[in-house]
Amino acid sequence: MDGATLPGFDVTRIRADFPILSAPTPRGKPLVFLDSGASAQKPRQVIAAMTRCMETAYANVHRGAYNLSEVATESFEAARAAVAKFLHAADVREIVFTRNSTEAINLVAHGYGRGVMQPGQAVIVSEMEHHANIVPWQMLRDAGRGIDLRICRITDAGELDLGHLEELLADGRVGLVAVTHMSNVLGTVIPAERVVALAHAHGAKVLLDGSQAAVHRRQDMQALGCDFYVFTGHKLYGPTGIGVLWGRLALLEAMPPLFGGGDMIAEVTLEKSTWAPVPAKHEAGTPAIIEAVGLHAAIDYVNAIGFDAIEAHERALTEHAMATLSAVRGLSILGRAQDRGGVFAFTLDGAHPHDLSTLLDRAGIAVRAGRHCAEPLHTRFGIDGSCRASFGLYTTLSEIDFLGDALGHAQKFFA
Amino acid sequence: MFDDLRDLYQEVILDHGRRPRNFRRLDNATRTAKGDNPLCGDRMELFLALEEDGRIADVAFQGRGCAISVASASLMTETVRGKTEAQARALGAAFRELAMTGACPHCEAALADDMERLSPLSGVHEFPSRVKCATLAWHTLNNALDGSAEEARSE
Repeated sequence: MDGATLPGFDVTRIRADFPILSAPTPRGKPLVFLDSGASAQKPRQVIAAMTRCMETAYANVHRGAYNLSEVATESFEAARAAVAKFLHAADVREIVFTRNSTEAINLVAHGYGRGVMQPGQAVIVSEMEHHANIVPWQMLRDAGRGIDLRICRITDAGELDLGHLEELLADGRVGLVAVTHMSNVLGTVIPAERVVALAHAHGAKVLLDGSQAAVHRRQDMQALGCDFYVFTGHKLYGPTGIGVLWGRLALLEAMPPLFGGGDMIAEVTLEKSTWAPVPAKHEAGTPAIIEAVGLHAAIDYVNAIGFDAIEAHERALTEHAMATLSAVRGLSILGRAQDRGGVFAFTLDGAHPHDLSTLLDRAGIAVRAGRHCAEPLHTRFGIDGSCRASFGLYTTLSEIDFLGDALGHAQKFFA
Repeated sequence: MFDDLRDLYQEVILDHGRRPRNFRRLDNATRTAKGDNPLCGDRMELFLALEEDGRIADVAFQGRGCAISVASASLMTETVRGKTEAQARALGAAFRELAMTGACPHCEAALADDMERLSPLSGVHEFPSRVKCATLAWHTLNNALDGSAEEARSE
């Protein structure tokens, strides 16, 4: 079995935790779910924790002086503490709950971009960003505040062009470098410490989009040295509707809030209001309480497996996928980064990505097709779209074999 | 492994997908329109040469997309050539029903032969996410007939 090849990682046992993997399918074929990069499946531990919260411990938080509200507030804040520990943050107040990574980036684009950066400064993003880390910065550039947007090139191998990054930083006018920690298309993991060192040497802050990276590798905010980090719950085997912005305390304090409303204020009169201390200042309105509890359970689930085992499993999957996909005639993998994770975008000669994904779906294989919210990256590689297979805790080596086999058949189908 | 997909990818579709008919620019076009499904990357430009009475004298297209979208555009150009504007619009409405439901029970008898030609695409109704691929060309045709400068979308 697959599990036997990876000491300490029993994939069969893990798969048993995910009810959807054994749920009935339309054509009775087992689900081969290779779209965890878009959103991961949920283990029963997460489902149970959310159900338990609603059944036994639910009320609004930070409000009632009654027991149930206090219990709910405790679970909500315990989730924040779990996230802080997960990221090895220096202070629990550095954790802001958002709806997702997109909202977290928008919060920084508003609070830091509009609130702290000065006219004449610039933001750098790379060619391999998800739209969520492009569009908010274009909106900032176009807001008439004199803030420019610079685009850092990537190499043909799909790695960040550090030489170009240094050129873009050279004039000292860059206020923020906002780049993906791990590409959702190429699987590239960037040398984050070097990017941080370069940016800081030129007076720029760094935001890392950890939507993919936080799922695959252990993160340590104090060692990483960046200034903002974002990730989302639903890719980490948690629920939708909850994401995280980690930011250095002083930065979060300097940032004006994006949303106004309840929970984020200290004092309100009809004339004006004052803000609550962080993180509450950035969390207007009733938060995603049940989802925070779910995220906490997801973090506990991942921690119980441990990142040493998770990373070893992913390395095995990645190496196997590279060999398997490379052996398929007519298949081209996008990007050949030295440091990469379990995300593979590819094209197959003679088969459009959508036709290909319809075929694979018929075999029970779920892959994503299109541009994966990264149109500029596809333009960079001169293609209209691609298929993407992305792996999770529950992915097995034999599923990758099955994918390779199906791709071979698909090639013949369209030939 | 994929034999049961031959309903969707009939030989006609694969053939028109690989070797689309009327795949060129029309230098004498009187109307053009663009179609774009940005999420999936299908895009096309349609050229119409209308006669004074509104009949479609010639029609051609260029673009890129999946086998379904290219084959649908190719079959559409073969079907609407020589039609009046009203006939082309009626065919478009009937085709959209065919693509969404797999049948077109209320189709006018006058359209029967043309619908027969388009019937290889009826299999898409079983693939909700692919219906838009088949209908993009027809949305684009409507925009061309309307003289609309907007890009057509079927997503």
